[in-house]
Amino acid sequence: MTVGDQSTDHSFKRDLLAALPNLRAFAVSLTGRHHVADDLVQDTIMKAWAKQDHFEPGTNMKAWLFTILRNEFYSQMRKRGREVSDTDGIFTSQLSTHPQQYGSLDLQDFKRALDQLPSDQREAIILVGASGFAYEEAAEICGCAVGTIKSRINRARNKLQEILGVSGEGDYGPDSHSSAVIKKAFAV
Amino acid sequence: MTEHSKKAPVSNGLPGLAAFHPGVSAQLREYYQSVEEEGIPDRFLQLLERLDMAERQAGEDNRIKDTAR
Repeated sequence: MTVGDQSTDHSFKRDLLAALPNLRAFAVSLTGRHHVADDLVQDTIMKAWAKQDHFEPGTNMKAWLFTILRNEFYSQMRKRGREVSDTDGIFTSQLSTHPQQYGSLDLQDFKRALDQLPSDQREAIILVGASGFAYEEAAEICGCAVGTIKSRINRARNKLQEILGVSGEGDYGPDSHSSAVIKKAFAV
Repeated sequence: MTEHSKKAPVSNGLPGLAAFHPGVSAQLREYYQSVEEEGIPDRFLQLLERLDMAERQAGEDNRIKDTAR
């Protein structure tokens, strides 16, 4: 092994570590379950490590890791097949065991709503809305067209708003209760 | 007060209202960040350490083989 190789290894490990919290948040929000997500992250780390020669230094390590994790997720889902439809039940029991993991009741509701989305819509809205990828990068990670990503995100957003009972425009607007407050506040 | 000015505070948003009605995008980011802030579990740090050690060991072994040749 040359000195050059060693420094490459170091930066590989360092970059991998730097991307881990984000990668893990992707896995958790994608699967809806911490223990499933952590197994997925572990498999991803091992795959990435084994394939590190295929990684071109200077290219987007984060996108590369997300692609590996996503592929791993779908291949495990295909293997388990039947478990997918049971997600809600497992998920609900998870929630009651670890409610302290999520800051507020609102977040628990949100997590439950996110879990109801089809996985293609869920991954699209997470990648662009939270993981910090551009539409183009998300399209590359998911192996589809940019337009497909955009329409999946739109559908995901509409569905979430529907489940959570917030309308698009009304997200930050008043409901009937706060309308009354506003009327009062401006009745000068 | 005109009709127009009555409506203006709604679109601008009143302070505090967002806390009661966070949009789905804001909730998604909040949820995601809460997981990110959990940090890296020890099992992953240990795993990386083991992978690193194994690789270094393999490198050493190869060097010894090369020298012996």
